[in-house]
Amino acid sequence: MKILVPVKRVVDYNVKVRVKPDQSGVDLANVKMSMNPFCEIAVEEAIRLKEKGIAEEIVVVSIGPAQAQETIRTALAMGADRGIHVTTDETVEPLGVAKILKGVVEAESPELVLLGKQAIDDDSNATGQMLAALMGWPQATFASEVEKTDSGFKVTREIDGGLQTLAIPSPAIVTTDLRLNEPRYASLPNIMKAKRKPIDAKTPDDYGVDISPRLEVVKVSEPPKREAGVKVETVAELVDKLKNEAGVI
Amino acid sequence: MTVLVIAEHDNAELNDATRAAVTAASKIGGDIHVLVAGKGAGAVAEAAGKLDGVAKVLHADSDTLEKKLAEAMEALVVSIAGDYDAILSPATTVGKNFMPRVAAKLDVMLISDITAVESADTFVRPIYAGNAMLTVKSNDAKKVITVRPTTFEKAGDGGSASVDTIDAPVPSANSEFVSEELSKSDRPELTQAKIVISGGRGMGNGENFAILEKVADKLNAAVGASRAAVDAGFVPNDYQVGQTGKVVAPELYIAVGISGAIQHLAGMKDSKVIVAINKDEEAPIFSVADYGLVADLFDAVPAFEAELEKAGY
Ligand SMILES: Cc1cc2nc3c(=O)[nH]c(=O)nc-3n(C[C@H](O)[C@H](O)[C@H](O)COP(=O)(O)OP(=O)(O)OC[C@H]3O[C@@H](n4cnc5c(N)ncnc54)[C@H](O)[C@@H]3O)c2cc1C
Ligand SMILES: Nc1ncnc2c1ncn2[C@@H]1O[C@H](COP(=O)(O)O)[C@@H](O)[C@H]1O
Repeated sequence: MKILVPVKRVVDYNVKVRVKPDQSGVDLANVKMSMNPFCEIAVEEAIRLKEKGIAEEIVVVSIGPAQAQETIRTALAMGADRGIHVTTDETVEPLGVAKILKGVVEAESPELVLLGKQAIDDDSNATGQMLAALMGWPQATFASEVEKTDSGFKVTREIDGGLQTLAIPSPAIVTTDLRLNEPRYASLPNIMKAKRKPIDAKTPDDYGVDISPRLEVVKVSEPPKREAGVKVETVAELVDKLKNEAGVI
Repeated sequence: MTVLVIAEHDNAELNDATRAAVTAASKIGGDIHVLVAGKGAGAVAEAAGKLDGVAKVLHADSDTLEKKLAEAMEALVVSIAGDYDAILSPATTVGKNFMPRVAAKLDVMLISDITAVESADTFVRPIYAGNAMLTVKSNDAKKVITVRPTTFEKAGDGGSASVDTIDAPVPSANSEFVSEELSKSDRPELTQAKIVISGGRGMGNGENFAILEKVADKLNAAVGASRAAVDAGFVPNDYQVGQTGKVVAPELYIAVGISGAIQHLAGMKDSKVIVAINKDEEAPIFSVADYGLVADLFDAVPAFEAELEKAGY
């Protein structure tokens, strides 16, 4: 079985981004970038399926600027086999990403595409589901457990009310939630080895995809600021304030 | 202009998130239709017809719709999409699951988790864990939108729309429902409660959540948690509040033993009043708290309960 894992390069999750004064976007100059945490979980899951002898090959793909290569290298150092870098300096929306990924899926014929549930920059939570629709494939999103079965996969999903388990035939799309696994760190020898693993260079044009955005950015603004309030000294004071000052209990 | 709102429900009751989506739809303008897809959800369809401003309810009843699995929902919504200028659903795990499929099938870009409607084609949504607000204008002919339930008022029950029955098409791909493990609780639902009390890693273990539950029972509050508390297995996944968990905006949010990471703040900072109880006075949670109490939670929470008791709660 071949697994395709799309990985995105995003602002590191520890960074609190700032909005640019001209409201054109957020300031990404000199900000630490990393692999999207949910994509790391997807890479880890693919590697575990390979270690269990269920998967033979793991291909990672990233759509983005030159530096997205570093993200692919990180995945290769964790244990993926080869990479595909679809280079573009444009911001590609989930719909555009899904269309490019459709091209990659048609060229690679994986049995499973494992994506993150959400990119922590755009917070869209859309790409995996969009790819599933474009392929006409079944999907299991927000996975906290993935098991191979004879005909496909059994996936436990984190839903609003608790957990739900689905059986899906392959080929299929799965998106990862936080509790699926804890991603490993790449060891130094593996980082060295990853330098020799192949990365194919592609462009959106190679897949015949028009990536022009459908959503026009009008502005990016600061969220309403919340001021710190007061410190109370005792629990009695807290109850009094909640009752008589805030009126919320 | 006609707008379709897809109802969230459990086949028995209409979920309040639907009411918020109807309010968002009314801000877009035009006629509002509500789709109730499910199995044996006749009572939900009736309830949807009573929502303020709703002109028509479409009711699709089928085995494949019982759990609102993504493939079946996609097929159904796409089959009627031609009649609508905008399609909205609450941004619940159900809506987040199928709405991107609908958008892709219609070749439009999804507008996720909107918090405001500026006009019929311009919307506001949080990005970067709510550290920035993005205003976007959609150039697509149809708008496919998920709505953050906490930021819109809940539509009331002033309507009297008729219910039309529609067919559910057979989905192209199939996932099959196996089982479900739903958290049972007599307390109000996390996203709908007026008061939420959440515990973090500082709670130490799952048993200790009992002290929060005692307070919750006095205040008719829901119990939530940080990711760290869920990852550690103290409480189930559906307790998680945050960027990648649930978004809540109650009248009162009490954070106990939670440091206040940006991912947690993203899920609760729109609460009306925030209380933080933490033994570390430097904890970032205090920067958003209206009332901060620097104390050991194992002293403060039982004392809080006792004080409520004294005050007659
Ligand atoms: C991709 C991604 C998504 C994430 N999504 C979410 C999300 O949706 N929701 C979320 O919450 N987090 C999320 N996180 C995790 C987030 O970054 C933090 O790690 C998490 O919120 C920390 O939880 P915590 O505050 O309970 O734990 P900690 O940060 O460990 O804080 C524990 C706090 O308890 C206090 N404490 C300890 N003992 C006591 C005591 N006896 N009395 C009083 N106070 C005490 C400590 O002073 C400390 O402030 C996400 C992270 C990533 C990478
Ligand atoms: N530019 C990209 N390159 C590769 N994968 C991506 C890209 N954008 C999104 N993805 C994948 O889609 C997931 C969800 O992203 P989103 O829909 O933007 O929240 C991510 O976790 C990735 O697995």
